[in-house]
Amino acid sequence: MISKKYSVVDTRRCVSCGTCIKECPKDAIYIHKGCYAVVDTDICVGCSLCTRTCPADCIALVDREVVS
Amino acid sequence: MNKTRHWYDYLWIWSIVFFALGFFNIIFAWLGMLDFILPLLFAIFGGNKFFCNHLCGRGQLFSVIPKKIKCSRNKPAPSWMSSKVFRYGFLVFFMTMFGTMLYQTWRVFGGVSSLSETIKLFWTFRVPWGWTYTAGSTSDWIAQFAFGFYGLMLTSALIGLIVMVLFRPRTWCSFCPMGSMTQTICKIKNSRKRD
Ligand code: SF4
Ligand code: SF4
Ligand code: SF4
Repeated sequence: MISKKYSVVDTRRCVSCGTCIKECPKDAIYIHKGCYAVVDTDICVGCSLCTRTCPADCIALVDREVVS
Repeated sequence: MNKTRHWYDYLWIWSIVFFALGFFNIIFAWLGMLDFILPLLFAIFGGNKFFCNHLCGRGQLFSVIPKKIKCSRNKPAPSWMSSKVFRYGFLVFFMTMFGTMLYQTWRVFGGVSSLSETIKLFWTFRVPWGWTYTAGSTSDWIAQFAFGFYGLMLTSALIGLIVMVLFRPRTWCSFCPMGSMTQTICKIKNSRKRD
């Protein structure tokens, strides 16, 4: 099942603290070489746990584009 | 869903033990240097933030406390708090204070100043802490560093706790000097690799 939303990180603002990784129930986030967080959009279920916990408030949920 | 727990998910206990030890014997404050050196080693040699992401007891503590007792407003912090200007400004300020502390240690080492058995909170308030040290049990400069470093660690932990309550639990991480320093090292390492 594919969720309607997924989360996206503003990599310019991300402080690569990894708080989001610890929250994500799907392990959909990793820190790219210590620089910023990246969400695997295929795995993300759009639960918003990461967006609500990020101390820099730099993750947002966006609508998945429906590909028909 | 419960995530798999690793041994290092319990390192928040270490951050409490650290302050407890320094409450009885200040020399234990030296152990806190691990929290300074390890993140840098991971960043410099590994090019990663494994320390922040998995090993930092302090970061974990700020997550754990509000989960156990509801005490964080959980509101996003103002965006300037995680802005580059503030993060680097705070890093410079913090390192200057660290340098001042080293200078004080140096003065005690050279016999110019005498040992002050106090810890400084918020870089302003001197708090007597003499019961944690028996004069003469080590060199004065070793003790001076310990008092200075413990004060720095306690001050930053208190700031972290304040922003934990006011904003999201791990708000401290958005401007933590160690976090800024290690991220910057990783970014530099990465941009070099791409060339
Ligand atoms: S919690 Fe926010 S700032 Fe921290 S790594 Fe994740 S996206 Fe970046
Ligand atoms: S929205 Fe949920 S599933 Fe998606 S990355 Fe964030 S925590 Fe993970
Ligand atoms: S940013 Fe600072 S407090 Fe947060 S995990 Fe990293 S070293 Fe620890």
